[in-house]
Amino acid sequence: MIRRTLTLLLTFLLSTGLFAQTDANGQAEMADLMRSNGKIYVVVAVILTILLGLVLYLVRIDRKISRLEKEK
Amino acid sequence: MRRSWWKIASVLLLVYTFTVGILGEVPRLPQLEETIRNLYFHVCMWFAMMILFIISVVHAIKYLRTGDLRSDICSREYAVVGIILGILGYATGAIWMNYTWADPNIPNITFSIIAKEPKLIGAAIALLIYFAYLVLRDSIQDIDKKARVSAVYNIFAFAMLFPSIWILPRVLPSLHPGGSEGNPALDFKAADARLRMVFYPAIAGWTLLAVWITTIKIRIRYIKDKSILNA
Repeated sequence: MIRRTLTLLLTFLLSTGLFAQTDANGQAEMADLMRSNGKIYVVVAVILTILLGLVLYLVRIDRKISRLEKEK
Repeated sequence: MRRSWWKIASVLLLVYTFTVGILGEVPRLPQLEETIRNLYFHVCMWFAMMILFIISVVHAIKYLRTGDLRSDICSREYAVVGIILGILGYATGAIWMNYTWADPNIPNITFSIIAKEPKLIGAAIALLIYFAYLVLRDSIQDIDKKARVSAVYNIFAFAMLFPSIWILPRVLPSLHPGGSEGNPALDFKAADARLRMVFYPAIAGWTLLAVWITTIKIRIRYIKDKSILNA
């Protein structure tokens, strides 16, 4: 379940590049969403990674307790 | 995972908060500028804290009515996580203030004005009362006496929370929005629609996350105190 979630998230991260806009100066169009707007998207990626890391940790603790509850 | 739909909802709401909260349009305000986005994080800490303290006092009353030690455990854990959120709210507020009110480039707000800020003092009083709740609680050895005394104290602490964070900051002049002129967070006309689009989901997401953490702490307590609870 966790591995599947991680794969899904990774797919989301990789797909962000697909939304890049055409370059106004006629230069080669690159997948540069993460480098536009003062690179704010990089910050979003970082804080989302932290949030999701903490959530996955919480999920693991939750499941461990569920197992403990079942044991007795 | 037990009863997981609201946990998933919490995660989705927080992901929404983190992306739209950073990337979304916000009103351009002098002095605050981009820091208005802290509304989705700093203010939500306080909202979640208030909701957790309300849940805590409800469980305290439940304990006094039924004498069930499970309610006592719930009451304590909700208060503990509420305190943590309050400390986070204070810490984030200190950072935010440092770059807005206390900005040395803006000379019209002096330290003495900030030091008199009623919300700072009110929140400090409320948090100290809840610290005392933990001190009082953990200094009593007898289990039933501990539960009863701390449940009664919890109601008293909640009664002090009311004037110190909901009434006094509303009637005194304040640097925070909505001092004497009402409650901007809950007034649909005052707060900008673009802010509310993220603010309300953010409150829900943070509160659900805090409740999730609390339920984990409660379940650990239940397992630890099994011999007492089943006696």
